[in-house]
Amino acid sequence: MTMVFQPSPDMPPPASQSGLLHWVKNNLFNSVTNGLLTLIGLTILASIIPPLVNWVFLDAIFQGTAETCRQGQGACWAFVDAQIKLFLLGPYPTELAWRPILSAVLLFGLFIITARHMLKTAHLVVAWLILPLPIYWLVGGGLGLEVVDTSEWGGLMLTLVLAVVGILASLPIGVLLALGRSMNNKVIKSFCICVIELVRGVPLVTILFMATIMLPLFLPTGVDIGILYRVQFGIILFSSAYIAEVVRGGLQGVGKGQGEAAVALGLNRWQTTAFIILPQALKIVIPPLIGRCIALLKDTSLVVVVGLLDFLGIAKAASQDAEWLGFDAEAFVFCAFVYWLLCFSLSRYGRSLEKRGRVDHH
Amino acid sequence: MSEQNAAPAATIEQDTVISLVDMNKWYGDFHVLKNINLNVQRGERIVICGPSGSGKSTMIRCINQLEEHQTGSILVNGQELTSNTKALERVRKDVGMCFQHFNLFPHMTILENLILAPIWVRKMPRKAAIELAMNYLERVNIAEQSEKYPGQLSGGQQQRVAIARSLCMAPKVMLFDEPTSALDPEMIKEVLDVMEELANDGMTMLCVTHEMGFAKSVADRVIFMDGGEIVEENEPDAFFNNPQMDRTQLFLSQILSH
Repeated sequence: MTMVFQPSPDMPPPASQSGLLHWVKNNLFNSVTNGLLTLIGLTILASIIPPLVNWVFLDAIFQGTAETCRQGQGACWAFVDAQIKLFLLGPYPTELAWRPILSAVLLFGLFIITARHMLKTAHLVVAWLILPLPIYWLVGGGLGLEVVDTSEWGGLMLTLVLAVVGILASLPIGVLLALGRSMNNKVIKSFCICVIELVRGVPLVTILFMATIMLPLFLPTGVDIGILYRVQFGIILFSSAYIAEVVRGGLQGVGKGQGEAAVALGLNRWQTTAFIILPQALKIVIPPLIGRCIALLKDTSLVVVVGLLDFLGIAKAASQDAEWLGFDAEAFVFCAFVYWLLCFSLSRYGRSLEKRGRVDHH
Repeated sequence: MSEQNAAPAATIEQDTVISLVDMNKWYGDFHVLKNINLNVQRGERIVICGPSGSGKSTMIRCINQLEEHQTGSILVNGQELTSNTKALERVRKDVGMCFQHFNLFPHMTILENLILAPIWVRKMPRKAAIELAMNYLERVNIAEQSEKYPGQLSGGQQQRVAIARSLCMAPKVMLFDEPTSALDPEMIKEVLDVMEELANDGMTMLCVTHEMGFAKSVADRVIFMDGGEIVEENEPDAFFNNPQMDRTQLFLSQILSH
């Protein structure tokens, strides 16, 4: 005689010990050593935070002139307020400020469209890849817009142009270098390895100097490209080599069976790479790619050594304004805060991408 | 072994889908496949068994050149396999393959997995490809999962999707490389059922498998390999009840006695 199997009912898990006191005990004072470390940490924080809060907020002067600031104790945010146009746009003509602002709107608009998946992936890729063109056109002029010489570009705008165009251009180049490096063709492979290893073997400063001083030597006489474009070229080259190595790691992380299944279906090598290998490889390397974006954004501050006034450079220049002498600290703190805001948002965005990637894969 | 020599030469020419002649393969110094000779007729169902490391997977992977052979020749539909990439891609269109680990594309939905090759290789319009794909998904009883990602399906479901994906290319031959070895016991049957149905529809099949029940009920011919060689081949009845070689007898006693 068969018996009928009755599944047992699900029971709730035992009520956990919770509450603030429990958390403190478990996380801060769970051993003598940890208790001591907690106390030391709290002491250090107590000596740093109150003066900092006083300087940044409570005693700070938000409105007024340099004179009001000199009489006060705290930070002089009035200085940043007075010089904000210089910080953001550098010596860019004020009456044309709408052009870089429109570029920024385009950039962040596309960012939001991407984050919310409002377009198909293929369309997004195309949109991002052509984005440098309208940015350079709007900021630099030409084709019906009044030309603004690159010597008048500066501030946060210059930092963003160099970084965004640098990343967008170096992504496809880096991917091509990585693919070339994994090819069987010895000539292409050696070429890619040479480029990658040469560029990775020298500091960015060296590349920037070489781009500004040596690049003109290789150009035909009569052709002169502005220093900004040469610097941009150097940044793209530098970033491409690093992205190539990141992507190569991703390519190696895609299982061999994926390529086999694709060619077994009759797909050719390029289709297999484009549809099967590359999408999976790029997904794997999203965290290090975001890391590269953050690093590049910060690395652009090195362009001061070749005389460009990026965000950091302009902060230094602004604090030497005769009227506002002596407010270097405010300039650099503001600068650091904006850098942090940009990098932290990028890093959070990367985290959300990672999570979404995991949902697809399960 | 003698019965295929007895058949008239003309029929062999006409109906042979795959023909391996004196095929040898080495991994470095290691001789993995030794003088393989095998003819597969249209509609024939062949099961290949043998201990692990005997070269059975390598042999069927040579048929669509996922592995290269060094000497001898392989003909698929009369086309000799060389290093000519274009010719190779033509052959691969007509040879479907299912893998032990399914190898579905994890970043695409089930439906996208199925329509990719028909669209890009067969140049089929997207709409027709979707229709075709849904048709095959229904045949493997999984149509309602078409919008999910492979990672959301069970192993048995994934392998059925993999079979449907191959069928969308309308292959003339199907190769199965241990299709049930990575599955939980409860899921093996659903995959074998699909394969059996496929066999009943007249598909030419080469299956590397340890499922002896499947071999007995479906195969026209069972091939036993060891040490990179074909040791014995025969019809299932004769193969299981009256194996000729001592090595075959030992293998069968070991897998059938547990």
